[in-house]
Amino acid sequence: MVSAPKKVAISRKKRQRISPLLVVIPAAALILALTYALPPFRNYQLATVGAYLCVTAGLTVLTGLNGQLSLGHGALMATGAYTLALMQNRFNLLVAGIVVAVLVTTVVGAVIGLAAARLRGPYLAGLTLAVAVVVPSIASTFDETFNSDQGLTVALEPPPDAITVEQWQAWVCWGAALVTVLLLAYLIRGRFGRDLRAVRDDETAAKLAGIGVARTQVLAFVVSAACAGLAGALFAVLAQSVSPGAFPLTLSLFLLMAIVIGGLGRLVGALIGAVLLVALPSFAQSIAESSGSVRLEGNLALTFFGVVLVVVMLAAPGGLTSLTNLRIRRKSQKGRK
Amino acid sequence: MRRTATVLAVVLLAAGCSSNGTSNSGSSSDTPGVTDTEITVGTHMPLTGPAAAGYSKIAPATKAYFDFVNANGGVNGRKITYKIMDDGYNPSNTQQVVRQMVLQDKVFAILNGLGTPTHTGVLDFLKTNRVPDLFVASGSRSWNQPDKYPGTFGFNPDYTVEGKILGTYVKETYPGKKVCFLGQDDDFGRDSLEGIEKILGSVTAKQSYVTSNPNVGPQIGALKAAACDVVMLATVPGFTALSIGTAAKIGFKPQFVVSNVGSDPTTLTKTLGPAAGLLEGVVAANYLPLANDDANPWIQLYKKVNSDYNGNAEFDNNIVYGMSVGYLFVQSLQAAGKDLTRDSLIAAVEKGGFTGPGLVPVRFSAKDHSGYAGEQLTKLTGGKAAYFGTAYQTDDGDGAVAAYTGTAVAPPQNGIPTAQ
Amino acid sequence: MDRFLYLTFDGLSRGAIYAAFALALVLIWRAARIVNFAQGAMAVAAAYAGYSVTNATGSYWLGFITAVAGGLLLGAAVERVVMRFVDHSSPLNGVVVALGLVLIIQGVLGMIYGNEFRPAQAPFSRDAFQIGGVALLSRYDLFVFAAVGTVVALLTLLFTRTPTGLRMRAAAFAPDVSRLLGVPVGGMLTLGWALAAAVGSLAGMLVVPTELGLHPNAMDLLFISAFTAAVLGGLDSPVGAVVGGLVVGLLLAYVSGYLGATVAPMAVLILLVVVLLGRPDGLFSKAKARTA
Repeated sequence: MVSAPKKVAISRKKRQRISPLLVVIPAAALILALTYALPPFRNYQLATVGAYLCVTAGLTVLTGLNGQLSLGHGALMATGAYTLALMQNRFNLLVAGIVVAVLVTTVVGAVIGLAAARLRGPYLAGLTLAVAVVVPSIASTFDETFNSDQGLTVALEPPPDAITVEQWQAWVCWGAALVTVLLLAYLIRGRFGRDLRAVRDDETAAKLAGIGVARTQVLAFVVSAACAGLAGALFAVLAQSVSPGAFPLTLSLFLLMAIVIGGLGRLVGALIGAVLLVALPSFAQSIAESSGSVRLEGNLALTFFGVVLVVVMLAAPGGLTSLTNLRIRRKSQKGRK
Repeated sequence: MRRTATVLAVVLLAAGCSSNGTSNSGSSSDTPGVTDTEITVGTHMPLTGPAAAGYSKIAPATKAYFDFVNANGGVNGRKITYKIMDDGYNPSNTQQVVRQMVLQDKVFAILNGLGTPTHTGVLDFLKTNRVPDLFVASGSRSWNQPDKYPGTFGFNPDYTVEGKILGTYVKETYPGKKVCFLGQDDDFGRDSLEGIEKILGSVTAKQSYVTSNPNVGPQIGALKAAACDVVMLATVPGFTALSIGTAAKIGFKPQFVVSNVGSDPTTLTKTLGPAAGLLEGVVAANYLPLANDDANPWIQLYKKVNSDYNGNAEFDNNIVYGMSVGYLFVQSLQAAGKDLTRDSLIAAVEKGGFTGPGLVPVRFSAKDHSGYAGEQLTKLTGGKAAYFGTAYQTDDGDGAVAAYTGTAVAPPQNGIPTAQ
Repeated sequence: MDRFLYLTFDGLSRGAIYAAFALALVLIWRAARIVNFAQGAMAVAAAYAGYSVTNATGSYWLGFITAVAGGLLLGAAVERVVMRFVDHSSPLNGVVVALGLVLIIQGVLGMIYGNEFRPAQAPFSRDAFQIGGVALLSRYDLFVFAAVGTVVALLTLLFTRTPTGLRMRAAAFAPDVSRLLGVPVGGMLTLGWALAAAVGSLAGMLVVPTELGLHPNAMDLLFISAFTAAVLGGLDSPVGAVVGGLVVGLLLAYVSGYLGATVAPMAVLILLVVVLLGRPDGLFSKAKARTA
């Protein structure tokens, strides 16, 4: 079972005073302003961060707050992405496509969640891993619909001439991301959030307190699946194409790394994770590029990425968000010993 | 939540600092990626991950050829800078790196981007941004859609063309024999089989494999059970070796006829190691000079470039391929003339008429954006491939498979094409 | 019937390798309560070491010994240098560090050896004996069975018959009590990692000649199959790992043979769902006390 450091639960109380709206609205204004200031490629990266934020936020609720470990969120994203592609190519109504993508992924998530609620720790990881690697298999078996490895292209209406495609993509992705974060923030502040944590910390105690353990776990899975479906749909919009190769097992693993490195169970951790998912690989590549050798280049980037993961995990076991709370952490550790 | 806001602000402002907005219009002096002294071109290919084997040598070879051209004065006084980006054969990475090259690094064109699933994803983006998308490294038919993607051109003969040529060979050489097929479970295998069956009709048995399961025992077992005399493989090199090795393991000895994609003898010999003797007599096809043909003037040129500019990398068909791509690109630049724009480059490629290392011509025209029009058969003996028979040309429809009778072209004296 | 026999033996010889690798995962799980996602990469690193020695000396067996010994050392080093300093209050920390190690190992191997497939020698012929016209087993397959069988037997002896094995089990299940009783818990942990990595390297050496060759990513797929096998059998049970490995090997062979390779991952998923819904802790889990 996954249990985040207790500190999270304690320090969270203080911050609950601020309404999430007070954060999200200025954030929206800031992003809007940024999309005008940034060049197209930065806008595209910004949009990608938004899309990642949808899934990392959902995943951190599932894994951080509810203690369920999923290696299958890449597959859930693929579900959303393929649904959007099929909807777009038939009806070409983006909003409807996104809504249907979220709904379909929610249903798939509910099915997996029902099985997941019976499983713990590595067994859940094993099952969701099998889900993650089944994507190419499904795409090839039903290739009439999914077109095998080559995948589908996504028909999209070009945005009005006044804005660039990348700017428009940033608006769509961040609009969705901020709504997701807002809803999740309200959700985890309330009773549902308390239930999630109670089930994570001690299932028996939660049961005695009258919390439906299985129900809470399935709901957590459904919520995070919906977020993953949304993110998948956004990725389809960003790439204007979907294919199984874009949703490999490594994607699921990277999502997990992102939320842990960011700070498990915290929405701000999910944000940091989403930023890292975009920034770290391109940063690593630009460092490696100076090596001058193609053979070194890609591998140097991989190594750098790995070193960052290990070093951050050793230096800040609570993730990057925990770094600012070092004093509290030290005290609480002393107390524990 | 307050911290969320702070982090958000810091991150986004940091991102904003690196902004540098420029606009691009049509006139020649401010064509992206082109200055009076430099042309910047980009490519995407797997340098890491399981798909990197073999492929990771292509782009460095192309770059080496460009360095050779640059050292001899470049093209119209411009030196070519080749930006190689690793996408690990993951389509979503391809999205990132291609956008980075086009939007941020302002490359003039994308050259030889590798892979069907990876490159399919960026077709629309490249079209929207009017970026020439030349000589895609894959035999998919998707690159030949001039109406839909006017800037995209193929390079490899497409898999159906190849299937028809290999099918013709089998039909003539092994009449009445049981012919079977093992292919990769994607467009490669599908299109190959389509070409083969256009010629041979339905094959006796067909099996497919997925790259995520490196055990072809069950499939080869089924082909053995079907008593196949000829097995046609639409496989990547690793799986060619695996299939031939597995067949030997169970005492199954059909004639193997292998797609060009999976037939590089250097790679196969290395992969099979001590069992390389099994490759004896394997039939494949190619359309470029063979790496082990030392008498060929192209190979002599490429070997010289390889030793001078490519750190003397192990010389194989991947290097021949990469340098041939470079040669064709330099030809295109020469044809586009001194006043280089994206439109003039595409017009020059569509005008076609390039002659070079290929055994058959490239087919470029306004109506046809597919690459090489055909192939010639090769046979492996003593670990070396050699051409036999004549080269064939055909299309991916129902056109006939016809012998190509044109003569081979020698490379120019200094190894650098001039405007034709 | 011939076909069924052929597929059965094909599946068993693959399954034996999955079993060995799953066993390595089980060893670490029992010792440290962590699923070692770096197991595959560590085995690749050891196999490369073996490959270099074989190339330099021309002896397969020297390379084989180097790989297994290298795995032993690498496992101990990973535990001593990295894993020991990971905050295990959240088990995910260990997982993320392991994933980081995977990237580092693959990156470094790629830098040293390049991302090309390197052919790996097999010590015995891989040509199968024909029995009644059906190709069943090769000498190499027999070697695989023998090697895996030996490992299982040695591990069983270690854990059931030796004081060290007893200490290792005690250190894993009740570290605090064991420490009070004078068991060097830290040392046992290192030993557990070293043993597991050695077994993983052995599995790696066995699988490489049967696949595409040596490559920094060569064990990614093996890891997936073996992890599935370990989960299927129950991560606490060495017997479960062996049975799980054989079952997964057989299932993949039958499904690929009769239905096509494409559907095989779906079959694995369905099997996992069916088994885990019935027995959420794997086939060979011990009955647990009710918690509520």
